Amino acid sequence: MLKLKMALGFAATLTAGVALATVAQARDLTVVSWGGAYQDAQKKVYFEPFKKAAGIPMNDESWDGGIGVLRAKVQGGAATWDVVQVESEELAVGCDEGLFEKIDYTKIGGEAAYLPPSVNPCGVGAIVYDFVLGYDKDKLKDAPKGWADFFDTKKYPGKRSLRQGPKTTLEIALIADGVPPADVYKILATDEGVDRAFKKLDTIKGDLVWWKAGAQPPQLLASGEVAMTSVYNGRIDTANKNEKKNFGMVWDGALYTLDSWVILKGSPNKDAAYKFLDFAGKAENQAKLSENIAYGTSNKDAAALIQPAVLKDLPTAPDNMKNAVEINVAFWLENIDRLTERFNKWAAK
Amino acid sequence: MTEAFLTSADAPTDVPLKRRLKRAERARQVKALSLVLPLLAFLLFTFLGPIAGMLWHAVDDWEVRQVLPHTVAALAGWDGKDLPDEKAYAALADDILAARAAGTLAIAAKRLNYAVNGFRTILTSTARNLKAPPEPGTARETLGKINPAWRERGTWAAIKGASGPVTSFYLLAALDLTRNVDGAIVAAPPDQAIYRDVFVRTFTISLSVTVLCLILGFPVAYLLATLPAGQSNLLMIFVLLPFWTSLLVRTCAWIVLLQSNGVVNDSLRFLGIIDAPMRLIYNRFGVYVAMTHVLLPFMILPLYSSMKAISPAYMRAAASLGAPPLPAFLRIYLPQTLPGVAAGSLLVFILALGYYITPALVGGGADQMMSYFIALYTTETANWGLASALGALLLVATLLLGVVYGKLVQGQQVTGGMKN
Repeated sequence: MLKLKMALGFAATLTAGVALATVAQARDLTVVSWGGAYQDAQKKVYFEPFKKAAGIPMNDESWDGGIGVLRAKVQGGAATWDVVQVESEELAVGCDEGLFEKIDYTKIGGEAAYLPPSVNPCGVGAIVYDFVLGYDKDKLKDAPKGWADFFDTKKYPGKRSLRQGPKTTLEIALIADGVPPADVYKILATDEGVDRAFKKLDTIKGDLVWWKAGAQPPQLLASGEVAMTSVYNGRIDTANKNEKKNFGMVWDGALYTLDSWVILKGSPNKDAAYKFLDFAGKAENQAKLSENIAYGTSNKDAAALIQPAVLKDLPTAPDNMKNAVEINVAFWLENIDRLTERFNKWAAK
Repeated sequence: MTEAFLTSADAPTDVPLKRRLKRAERARQVKALSLVLPLLAFLLFTFLGPIAGMLWHAVDDWEVRQVLPHTVAALAGWDGKDLPDEKAYAALADDILAARAAGTLAIAAKRLNYAVNGFRTILTSTARNLKAPPEPGTARETLGKINPAWRERGTWAAIKGASGPVTSFYLLAALDLTRNVDGAIVAAPPDQAIYRDVFVRTFTISLSVTVLCLILGFPVAYLLATLPAGQSNLLMIFVLLPFWTSLLVRTCAWIVLLQSNGVVNDSLRFLGIIDAPMRLIYNRFGVYVAMTHVLLPFMILPLYSSMKAISPAYMRAAASLGAPPLPAFLRIYLPQTLPGVAAGSLLVFILALGYYITPALVGGGADQMMSYFIALYTTETANWGLASALGALLLVATLLLGVVYGKLVQGQQVTGGMKN
C-alpha cells in the first residue's frame, strides 16, 4: 500500500501547492508597459534611474493590452502586476469596473503639474501618440499629403495597410472621403456615416493588408509589401533612427490618443508605485523620454525642457496637433462590438 | 500486483477462492486508481474546472440583477405588452441613483449595450440628469423627459431580457440569432450575423488542412517506414526539426518566403514565369500553406508508427499469390494503416480548429478563424459572455464531430490480426 500513500501524498502536495500559489506573496514592485523600442526607452530613462534614485527594487514586464487581461488578474486575486500602462478605453472600462486604485494626486506632484486631458481619477497620463500615415521616401518620390492620397491607387500604386478592426479604420476612411477631422465622430455616429466609411474602404479593398501588432507596419514598409500604412508615429521614428530607414509620415488627419499609468486594485506595493509614478511624472524625466522616442508626455513643464529639433517631431507639437483627431473613447466603448461584427462581415465579403 | 497475490494467498483458506480473487482484484483497482489520482486532480483543477466555468459564463447573466435589483423585481410581473407601470419607473430611478453612488452603473450599461446599441449613453445620461429621486407618482414623466428612450417598450424589454439569472442571449448571438421586443427568436440583423460563417470557415480550413497533411504526409511516412534505419533516421530529423522550431518563427518565415518581394515571387520573376508578383500571402492560400507546414509532423508521426508495425511479409504474400501492386496496396496495406490515418487526422483537425496566431499573421480579413474572435472578446472588448458562448459552441461541435468520427473509424478498424 506504499504506492497508494505516495500517490495520496502527492495529490495533497499538489492541492496545497495550488492553494499556496493563490495567496498573495510579498514581491518587488512590478511595472508593465508595451515592450519593444518604447519599453527600451522607458528602461533607460525611468526604470533604471528610479531603481538607483529611490533604492527600491523593481521589475518590468510587457503586455499587449486588453481589458480582459486586467480583469482576469484583479478578479482572480493575487495580481502579479502593480503599475500598468493602459490605453484610454482600458482606463475607462477598468475605472468603471473598479479594477484600478483611485489616484492620490498629492503623492505625484499635484493635478496642476499635468496637462488637463491626462488627469483622470483612476490613472495619470503617460504619453500622447498618433496613428499617422507612414510611407517609404525611397519608394514614393512624390510625398502623399494625407489620407485622401492613401485611397488614391492611381497616383500611388501599391498595396496599403491598416489596423485590423473598425477602430481607426473607419475614421481614416471618413477623413479620406472629405469629412473635416472635427466632425468625424458626429458622422460616424449615424448609420449613413458608417455606410459611407465602408463604401470608401470598398474602393481599395483589393489592395488592403491588415496589421495587428505595432511592429508590423514598419516591416510591411521595409519589405516593400505596401506603399503606405497607418502606423504609430514613434515606430517610424525609431525605424529611421535605429535601422537607418528613410520613412516619412503625414501628421495631417492623424488620430491621436493617450496612454495612462494605473495602479491595479489591491496592489501590495502601493507606496512604491506612487514613488514610481512621481518619478515618471517629473518634467525633467519626461523630457528625456521624448528625446529617446518621439512621443508627447503629460507634464506641463516637460515641453520647455526638450530641444526644439526634437519637439517639432512630437505628437504634442502645435503644428502636428492642428488637424489631428482625438480617438473618441466614449464612441468606441458604445460601438466596438457592433462595428467589429460589421467590419468582419465586410472583410469576409 | 504480486503483493496483492501474496496477501490473498496467506488468507485463511475457509474463504472461497472466488471471493479471494474478487478481493485481490479490488485491491488492484484501488491501487490503479490511486496511481492516476494525482493526474485526475490536476485535470480537474486545470482543465475540467475552467471548462465548466466557461460554459457557465456563456449563460450567466448577473450584471443587471446586481446593479438594478429593484427594477428587476418590479419588472418580474410585467407582461411586456405596454410600458411598465409607475412602480417600475420609480424602482429604476432609485436603482440608478444607488448605482451611481456606488459607481457600478457602467457594469449594467455595458451588458445592456450588447442588447441595445446606445444603451450605455441612455443610462449614463439619465444618471447625469437625475439629481434626486422623483416625487412619488412622477417617475415615469421625469425619466421620459430626461431621455425619450424610457417611453419605448424596447428599452424596458432589454432590461427584462437581461434580468438573469441565466440567459440564452450570448448563445443565440453566437448563432446569429436574437430576441425581438416580444421575446421571439429571430435572425440577427445582417450586418451583425457573422458567426455561422466563421464556424463554417473554421471547419473548412481545418478540414482542408487535414486533407492536405494526409496527402503530403502519407508518402513521407511510407518512405520513413520502409527505408533502412540509417537513412530513415536522417529523414526523421528533417521531419522533427521544424517540429522543434517555434510556431511563431515558422509562421514569420512563410511571410518572408511568400510576400510580394519574397523569395518565391522573386525566383519566379527571375525565371520569367510571372511578370507581376502573385498574391501568395494575406489570403486563404497563405493560411493553407503555413498551417499545413506547421501541422504536418502531427500527421506523419502517427502514420509512421502504424506503418512501422506492418510486416512486409503481407505485401510479399500478396504478390506471391498474384495480386498486382495497386490492389495489393489498396486491400492489404492501406487498411492496416487506417488506425494511423485516423489518429493523425483527428490530431491535426483538432489542433487546426484552435489555430489563432498563424491565420492572424498570414491570413486576410476573410480568413480569421473562431479563435480570433474568442480572443478578441476575451481580452480586448471583455465581452466574456459572447467569448464563452462561441467557445462552448466550438467545443460542442468538436465533440459531436469526434463522436461521429469515432463511430466511422470503429467500423473501419482492421488490425490485421496483429493485436487482440
